[in-house]
Order: sequence, then C-alpha cells, then structure tokens
Amino acid sequence: MNGYLRSDGRKGIRNVTVVVYLVECAHHVAREVVFPYREHEVHLLGFPGCYPNAYAHRMLRQLCTHPNVGAALLVSLGCEGFNRAGLLEEIRATGQPADVLVIQETGGTRKTIAEGRQWIAAALEKIATVPREPIAVSDLVVGTVCGGSDATSGITANPAVGRAFDLLVQNGARVVFEETGELIGCEQIMAARAARPNLAPELIACVDKAARYYTKMGHGSFAPGNAEGGLTTLEEKSMGAYSKSGNSPISGILKPGDVPPSAGLYLLDVVPDGEIRWGFPNISDIQEIGELIACGSHVTLFTTGRGSVVGSAISPVIKICANPETYRRLSEDMDINAGRILEGAASLDEVGREIYDRILRVAAGEKTASEGMGHAEFSLVYKSFEPLGPACLPG
Amino acid sequence: MTCDPRLLLLHPADNVLTVTATLEPGEHVRVDDREVEISKRLPLGHKVAARGIAVGEKIIKYGAPIGSAKQAIAAGEHVHTHNVQSDYLPTVLREDQARFFAHQSP
Repeated sequence: MNGYLRSDGRKGIRNVTVVVYLVECAHHVAREVVFPYREHEVHLLGFPGCYPNAYAHRMLRQLCTHPNVGAALLVSLGCEGFNRAGLLEEIRATGQPADVLVIQETGGTRKTIAEGRQWIAAALEKIATVPREPIAVSDLVVGTVCGGSDATSGITANPAVGRAFDLLVQNGARVVFEETGELIGCEQIMAARAARPNLAPELIACVDKAARYYTKMGHGSFAPGNAEGGLTTLEEKSMGAYSKSGNSPISGILKPGDVPPSAGLYLLDVVPDGEIRWGFPNISDIQEIGELIACGSHVTLFTTGRGSVVGSAISPVIKICANPETYRRLSEDMDINAGRILEGAASLDEVGREIYDRILRVAAGEKTASEGMGHAEFSLVYKSFEPLGPACLPG
Repeated sequence: MTCDPRLLLLHPADNVLTVTATLEPGEHVRVDDREVEISKRLPLGHKVAARGIAVGEKIIKYGAPIGSAKQAIAAGEHVHTHNVQSDYLPTVLREDQARFFAHQSP
C-alpha cells in the first residue's frame, strides 16, 4: 500500500486536482474547466457566498491542502469578498501547484475556461511525479456518516462500522464520527466513554448545543422518510447512529477543519457556535462528508438504509448498505452489503472485518462504487465556530 | 423471550422487537408466549411491543429509552408514531409537513 507523500509529511491515498470557485458567480466557469478532465481525478469544489466567512475559508484551506490533493486552481469572479490572495498563499506554502484565475481580469468566460484547462494539463503532468511512500493504517484518518437511514441502519451497517472503527483504532488509525444533532438522547452514555474526566462535560455540552439549535429550528435531523422506514423518534435514530462509533474510548472533540492529533476516536462537532443565524447546521449528507474530509479523512464510511448514491470530491466514500431489500435494488451503488446480517448470512463481526479490509484496498487504490461512476459531490455553506476548548483534545 | 426469527431483540432490557422481514396482514407471530395476528403490513425495520406497555412508560430499544408511550400498547402491537412520542423533539411526518407548507404559502 503506497501513498502520495506531501511536504508536511502526511500521506494521501489519491492525487486529486481541485478546481475551486470562490463565489457562485464563478461556478459555471470552474465546472467547465473541470469538464474535460473529470475522469482524471480533477474535482470541483467551491463556496457560493459573496460575503466572506472564516469557516468557509478554513474549510477550503484544509481541503486544498488535504493529503489526497496534489494541486489546486482557484476561480474567482473578482469582486466577491473571499480572501483569494490569502488562500492562495496558504496553499502555495505546501509547495504544491496552486494558482488563481480572476474572471474579470482574464477577460470573461471563454478565456478563463481556456486558461484554466491549460493550467490543469500542466498541473497533471507535474503531480504525476509526486513521490510514493508506503502507507500504514496508522497514517489514515477515517470518517463515518449515515444518510437515508431506516431502522436497519442501526441494526446492521452502523454497528458493523463500529466494529471496523474498533479495529482501526487498535491498529493506530484516527477515526471520526459526527453529527451531534443525531446523538440527542445518547449524551450520558457517550460521556461515560470519555478518555479523560474533563472531556465528559464537553461531550454533553456539544449535544446540548445541538438540541438547542434544532429546537430553535423546529426540525431535527429526522426526515419523513425515516418514519416510513420504521424509525419512530429522534432518540431511536440517535442510538442507531451512535452505534457507528464502536466501543473505543472517546479521545477528543473536533470542529470542522481540526485534524485529530493522535490515534483514537474523535467526535466532530458540526453545530455552529454562537447565536443561531445560519439556518440548519448541515443542509445535507454531502456537507457533512466535506467536513469530515476537512478534518483529514482519507476515506469516509457512509451507511445507508434507504439507499444513498453519493460520493465525494477529494476522498473516496465506501457505502455500506444496511437494508437487504435496498441492496438488491441499488447494488451497483453499494460497496458492502451489511443487510446480510438480517438474513443470517453474516455476523456483525464479519461485516466489520469486511469493511476494514475494504478500507485497506481503497487506500491501496481500488475505486469505490461511487468513484467508479464519477460521483464527486461537494457542498459548503455559511457557519461560524469558536476555537476548541482546552479539554477537547488529548494533552 | 421471543424465538420468532422475524422479530429481533436488540438488547435484553428492550420492550420492543424489530421486524427483520416484512410481515403481511393475517400472518401470525409469537410474542411474549402468545400468538399475535398481524393486522396491517409491517415492513422490515418497524417495531412491535415485546410485552404490554403502559401509557407514559418508556420505550426501550438498544437498552436505552427512545421515547414514551402515548397510549397503552399490547404485546405484538405495532409500536410507532401513532402510539409513541419523542422525549426530545416532535417527529415530523410527511402529512405534518404538507400542513406546514400549506400554512406558509402566500
């Protein structure tokens, strides 16, 4: 298993070039730059807003300098508030190819698309020579998310991911679970797993913040389809979601863009701090995956009961289908059939081991189902966070 | 307690069982040492009471409370949004959503 060695010593499992629009007005041009290269690991990212936002800047910085990324081209309209010069400087500090095209200065749509494509062609040649080095499980960051959940998610795929997480932690990996809004009702059980006594109240505070936020918004993470799938309450969905975390002690709390400092299990707090002003904390699964990747995730484990088809820009998504009936309908979109557990054809431990083995194969270069079909979704919207408290990370 | 393979007990403390294969009306399942006839279609993932549950009693799944009974529930009865409420946030169903948006439209 070989990785791409980056200047900060981190190792990537992909060598992606990202094209990043810095305002919605530059989205079309950036997408057109990507188009001829979309089967050459060139992915589109961006931020739609015109007003600057520290969270969005930090997210794009962490994503453009992610170990799976080899080169980054920024596309600006010219008048938006995003600090493009600052972002470019931060990316260039890593030594990787990076540049910005300003549509208003370049001379409009066609000229910018042509210049962008030329830049990509040159960047692809340059990054083809990035040194390869052996990569171990202890080099990996693995995130997990659930989407399109039904009552099978919490019985098969989620606890199987929990088993895989336990194996990863035993082998020195850093693993991240998230969405505190989906953990409402599990906060006391979670606090009992804190690796340090002073982390326990922080874990409870994270979930309390999420509960306040969702109460104000009037909707939890519970979608009508969840009830049709047999889930009755948010707490029931939460317990099912929580089982993805496995049984390791919880080593710390992260906020989007924080890379876990050492081996262990981390909770990613995705709910904004401060007064409630940005709408729903995460508008879709895609945004959550983006936040896990901004925390350094090389691979994301996505469990689904009703059947999601998404992938992601930058890092591969391994989809683990919880429901055997869904698996039969959507098998080409799925990587792992955890529904076999319900049919008595496999145990939780066996599927957990299968997930672990698949992570190693994907890290070695094997494409996931969504990668093979060109999925490279991305979404980023406004948020704001305060820095982590001192008790959140291992000393 | 139950040995019907179509009903899964996730934790010994639970008072609900999870349906692992769709149950059709007229089918019988064995719950709490009694034969119970299924009255409506219960797709995989839905829950039935493992025993009688009193009004106000906590619904226990994974060994943890997932809500409270709004009414008395008999052993083998479907346990869902019609007889259980969240102790945190109300569950939004598709029909509630339709009402919500009808109210909002200009």
